[in-house]
Amino acid sequence: MSEKKRLDLEYSQLDSDRMRLNVGPQHPSTHGVLRLEVEIDGEIVTEVIPHLGYLHRSFEKHCEKMTYPQIIPYIDRMDYISAMNNEWPYVMALEKMLDIKVPEKVEYIRVIVAELNRIANHQIAVATFGLDAGAFTPFLFFFRDREYIIWILEKLSGARLLYNYFRVGGLAGDTYPSFKEECLNVIEKVRKTNAEVMDLLIYNRIFIQRTANVGILTPEVAVNYACSGPVLRGSGLRYDLRKDEPYSIYDRFDFEVPVGKGEVGFVGDCWDRNIVRMQEMEQSCRIIEQALAQMPETGDVKANVPKRIKPPKGEVYMRTENPKGDLGFYIVSNGTDKPERLKARGTSFVNLSVIPEISKGYMFADLILILGSIDIVLGEVDR
Amino acid sequence: MGLLNKLDDPYDGGGIILGKVEELLNWGRSKSDWYLHFGLACCAIEFMAMNASHFDFMRFGTIPRTSPRQADFIMVTGTVTFKMADRIKVLYEQMAEPKYVISVGSCSNCGGPYWEHGYHVLKGVDKIIPVDVYIPGCPPRPEAFEEGMMKLQEKISHQAIFNKRKRLGIE
Repeated sequence: MSEKKRLDLEYSQLDSDRMRLNVGPQHPSTHGVLRLEVEIDGEIVTEVIPHLGYLHRSFEKHCEKMTYPQIIPYIDRMDYISAMNNEWPYVMALEKMLDIKVPEKVEYIRVIVAELNRIANHQIAVATFGLDAGAFTPFLFFFRDREYIIWILEKLSGARLLYNYFRVGGLAGDTYPSFKEECLNVIEKVRKTNAEVMDLLIYNRIFIQRTANVGILTPEVAVNYACSGPVLRGSGLRYDLRKDEPYSIYDRFDFEVPVGKGEVGFVGDCWDRNIVRMQEMEQSCRIIEQALAQMPETGDVKANVPKRIKPPKGEVYMRTENPKGDLGFYIVSNGTDKPERLKARGTSFVNLSVIPEISKGYMFADLILILGSIDIVLGEVDR
Repeated sequence: MGLLNKLDDPYDGGGIILGKVEELLNWGRSKSDWYLHFGLACCAIEFMAMNASHFDFMRFGTIPRTSPRQADFIMVTGTVTFKMADRIKVLYEQMAEPKYVISVGSCSNCGGPYWEHGYHVLKGVDKIIPVDVYIPGCPPRPEAFEEGMMKLQEKISHQAIFNKRKRLGIE
């Protein structure tokens, strides 16, 4: 195993008192309101217990009380960094239930906004990870570029963060005239900044020394804990729902699925998870370019949908590739305009569960980096 | 900047400012507020954008602090749940006087979208700590953050420090 592991064995032979520490819920590095109960032996972490529920906003209760279109804003507030991606599996599940075929143009706009939001999400993820490692400049660079993405999404939907843009069978509105040019401009900016950050942060010697060989997640553990998204792909497994189970129109695009290769350390360390996010941004740019070229100029943005959405009795499960991993919605319908039960498979919740496993034996300061590299959003963990 | 405007109209020889000590103190206090950032939910992401390149929150003289002992005001950004409520109260009580509270977003103002069925959501942070400025929005735009900060500065710069009881008529 790695050097860090050997260090752990040597330390554990010393007889010392163990100490219990609370990290959070009000702590700048916990990415929200997570509380970690950490048992440390000197500087070495021996046990981590995450405590949840500080942002439990009764999502499933609300779903039982609201009609189907009214639920969409609450889904935005689950994973609030990538709201567009969250709405997608939900509206797709309902479209599957109601047997609606959405127009061609809608599919393309959905792909474009979802990929734009994926870039924005990964920008925040890498930026805050840099902050955890002590690099402040990439944070400013990424937030400068993220603002341009947000302006596009704002012009489409009217909101900066929680969009409520997807509708069952269509979208809230059509694109605006300069949409194509602005998307292409943003892609150019994103690529330029990414190239800069690659030099500045990712291949920085200090950053590599902080993150390489830290928090190694082996493929077996990742699969056993049902991890998904960049966390799983960082461990070298090529699993992406956009490729493996192409939903919507993703089979029409040519893109790659980046995986961690262990370039500077072992496969599945914090650095690998981070480089996967950087490379995914580039792939998202490629998808947006192809989608913009293929998008039909004219067309309707709403299918024929009954005014009151009443899916027939039954159940449906639909999942898509969120920026953080698989996001699935399980809807049980009882024939009325409100769901009987709605269960969300929160990606962050599943990915968070791997932290106690992979942070044992590392330094306490590394725990913060491991948490940052998992990229959790507490709104999705607690719901 | 009421104090500095008086420099434009100096007395003979110049360099003299006539004013109240209170005004000087309040001017200083209102222009360098350090805040305890209490990021809870979606509003915290918008607040991160507020802190970053485009909007630059620090031009108000605010510096983020992670310890309540060093903070002048607390920014409650996001949904306050019952589990979190007593933590907020403890942190507020740890802050040194004078202290202020900005409540950001619909959730911490009144419960927001969760006011009706949110069985685990506190319907407004003002139920546990006194709030000075409410910033509306779900989440608020950065411009709204700016206005909220300016409102707090306005409030601080008009505060009575000396002879408080007499002037405010408290008996």
